[in-house]
Amino acid sequence: MTTAATETFADLVAAEDVLLFVNAAITATGQREFRSEAYRQRLSLGFLHEYVRVNYRRVYAASLALDINDHNAVRVVRGLLEHAGEASPVQKRTEGQLIAARLAKLPPQRVYRLFRELRAAKVNNRRTRAITRDWLAARPDAAHDAVKYRAGLKTAVRHAHLPLDGELGTFLFRPGTLPRYEHRLLDAWRRAHYEQGAVGELPFTVAEGFAARHGMGREAFVERMAPRMTRLERLRTQGQRAAGADGLPAGVDLTVMPLTRLALYVLSLDREARVRHRAELTGALRAAARRAAGPHAGSWGRVAAVLDDSYSSSGSGEKRRRPLAVALACHFLLEALAAPGAYTPLWTTGTRDPLLVRPWGPTPLGTRIIDALEHGPERLVIVSDGWDNAPPGLAGEVLRVWRTRLDRDRRTAVVHVNPVYDADGFDVRRLSAGVPTAGIRDAEDLPALVEIARFSEGRTGPAELYAYLDRQVARFTTDDEAGGVR
Amino acid sequence: MNKLELTGLTARPSQVWGGIRLVPLVRETPVEGLRLHREVYGGLGAGAVEVGPRTHYTSYIPHGFVADWSGEGAESAAYGTQFGAEDGAPARTVRLPRHRHHRLAKRRPGDRLRFLPLHLALEGYLALHFGGPSTAWEEWSRQALRDGLSPRAEDAYLGWSVRGLGDALRAFEIHPGQCGVMVYAADALAAAFAVPHPDDYRLLHPTLVEDLYGELVHQYAWFGAPVPEFGARIADGPHLRTLDALRAAAREQERAWSDAHGTLFARDLLDGSYGFDQVYRMGEFTLWRFLPPFVRDGGGQHIGETITDHKGRVAYLKTFRLSDAQVRRGHLLQRLAGADWRLPDAARALGTSEEELRRRIRSAGFEALLRHR
Repeated sequence: MTTAATETFADLVAAEDVLLFVNAAITATGQREFRSEAYRQRLSLGFLHEYVRVNYRRVYAASLALDINDHNAVRVVRGLLEHAGEASPVQKRTEGQLIAARLAKLPPQRVYRLFRELRAAKVNNRRTRAITRDWLAARPDAAHDAVKYRAGLKTAVRHAHLPLDGELGTFLFRPGTLPRYEHRLLDAWRRAHYEQGAVGELPFTVAEGFAARHGMGREAFVERMAPRMTRLERLRTQGQRAAGADGLPAGVDLTVMPLTRLALYVLSLDREARVRHRAELTGALRAAARRAAGPHAGSWGRVAAVLDDSYSSSGSGEKRRRPLAVALACHFLLEALAAPGAYTPLWTTGTRDPLLVRPWGPTPLGTRIIDALEHGPERLVIVSDGWDNAPPGLAGEVLRVWRTRLDRDRRTAVVHVNPVYDADGFDVRRLSAGVPTAGIRDAEDLPALVEIARFSEGRTGPAELYAYLDRQVARFTTDDEAGGVR
Repeated sequence: MNKLELTGLTARPSQVWGGIRLVPLVRETPVEGLRLHREVYGGLGAGAVEVGPRTHYTSYIPHGFVADWSGEGAESAAYGTQFGAEDGAPARTVRLPRHRHHRLAKRRPGDRLRFLPLHLALEGYLALHFGGPSTAWEEWSRQALRDGLSPRAEDAYLGWSVRGLGDALRAFEIHPGQCGVMVYAADALAAAFAVPHPDDYRLLHPTLVEDLYGELVHQYAWFGAPVPEFGARIADGPHLRTLDALRAAAREQERAWSDAHGTLFARDLLDGSYGFDQVYRMGEFTLWRFLPPFVRDGGGQHIGETITDHKGRVAYLKTFRLSDAQVRRGHLLQRLAGADWRLPDAARALGTSEEELRRRIRSAGFEALLRHR
């Protein structure tokens, strides 16, 4: 380490804590995992948030600029707003920019839930009100939100003391007083109470409630609503529609779906459907991977991957097959990133057909890593939850011996990405101290994660880590301004 | 035949959950010509079995096993009650039979045998010298001479109440070709389970949590600390220069564990000599139940049942670890029976006084046998 003279032990600990938190904030969602209950996950994550917020507030805010998941982004925003008194005015300004930029990227239902939580926690400082006001002002259609997120918008408006002009205020707070509304959606909502025809004009989730009230047949209703659904709603209701019950979704262009989401969808199909639509599914996955790889495509040289499809990659009832989906998405992404024809995938069960992969069997990571190293790759990527059990600890030993005895001049870059947060360890599980480990939620972030992971190897110092964070914050906040109001 | 012969079953690396260690047993090739199915019983597992004339066995019996040696069940393992269904016909709605069982092992139409797992072995233990004193010596009470040891009862714990066992079985990753498992609580062997075919094992794996476990296992799991993983260690040596050497070292680790398991962990079970009692003979397979020698050397004593082929190799195995008190009772009964139920002879054989022997009989829970003076 070049700057070792100026770095104290505390700096190193701080850098380690930061990486720990970033890994946790990327992977953990407070949901049940294969090996731990939801409440353990939440308890562990709650502690970590408080610890980092109190000790490293600057980093805590900066994490909003990284690819942390929505659950943690909301928690971070809430933590920052709830404990506003701990920040200096300069810090508050940066935090404000970061929060605004992040909220603009979050799905609206999450933001409305955040506002509701803030109200329940009685957080109503000037900054909170300003943030609520700005975010609501940037929403494209207030009437749509008033119909779809009625309770959420009502709470937010009431909490931030925002004046609502025209019929929107009447719609939310004094319904039934106006004989009709000017806005098409608001009026459709009014009519939907007694007229079945108006139900079809509403957003799908709102229409569902009215349809149940009118006793409309589910199948016909879903069929009729298909054009008005969001992309995910269309996928979700696929099985309930008569027409495409055994085929692929009719109205969805699979090739534009995000890679990990697509992998999850592929894994939700049974074996027969995957065999029948092999060409379409593979094509869609390849296209999504090429898009995710972007400018990096083909630039990684010879790549080998060890992908975990053991039984534990089935996830839990709440995160169904998530680890396996990440592995599958990584497979296609790495295929795109590697030089053409220079990619070797190795699944732990030994399967050669990634499309038909299913979570099954033990995790012999150690032997698979040896197999992968035999191909002499420039990069070795391991996608696994880190529970190496056949035999336990062999992967760590193999990697240690490889690093210390067989590959001293580091011709092979090894990185381990882990989709599962280990509640007991407050981090993702590591395979070996000498191999950088990063948490992963969406396979699309892989190139960025590999960049973060090198900090955990101990060869780059904390100063560089903080410089990296500052760069990310600058990029994140200016990007948003450049992009303008969405 | 006085030993368990587990040839063909290899131990693979263990998986640990808290204080529970599960060691998978893998077969290279499945046993030919024998399959096991499960049949589920209604009535929340309350079961009564007619063992003999005016003799009944009552316990928690959630399911029974059906051994099928007809060779027809080779392609699929059926859920117990489907076997009435015709080929091609839709499976009938499964109605759980809720009847009093007749005998612990009973022939079914075709080459099938229904037996009640573990209860077969437990009944064997309970029936040990069940008839009571064979000669009417004056020390024994009238009840002992008339009814023998009846009613005879022992306690066991359901798998659900063994701490961590449910989670350990849920998170366990079944190996390809796995046909059995050894369950350890705080690194004491709690149960061994083996079946002839991997498909059977996958179906029967969850039933381990509905099995019975001895008091000792329950205590060990409850009070025992988490047990360590046996992590692989590759020693840095001068020979470690190539990937092949690394692979060989990794193989060596797996072999070392397999050996260590046989000699270190499962020694109690594999080295003990047992008294085998033939229950049923089906083709080339034989169903036995066995009792341990009841020696009190501090080691674990297991009762169980097994199906062996004509060479004596184990195709099916299920064991139950006796608690210390249960071993003591077995030991006492065997010594009394060995001395033809004469108290002075038995006391001499045990190296103790007659008064002390009376105390031991009373404290073992057999007070009703002795005549009050």
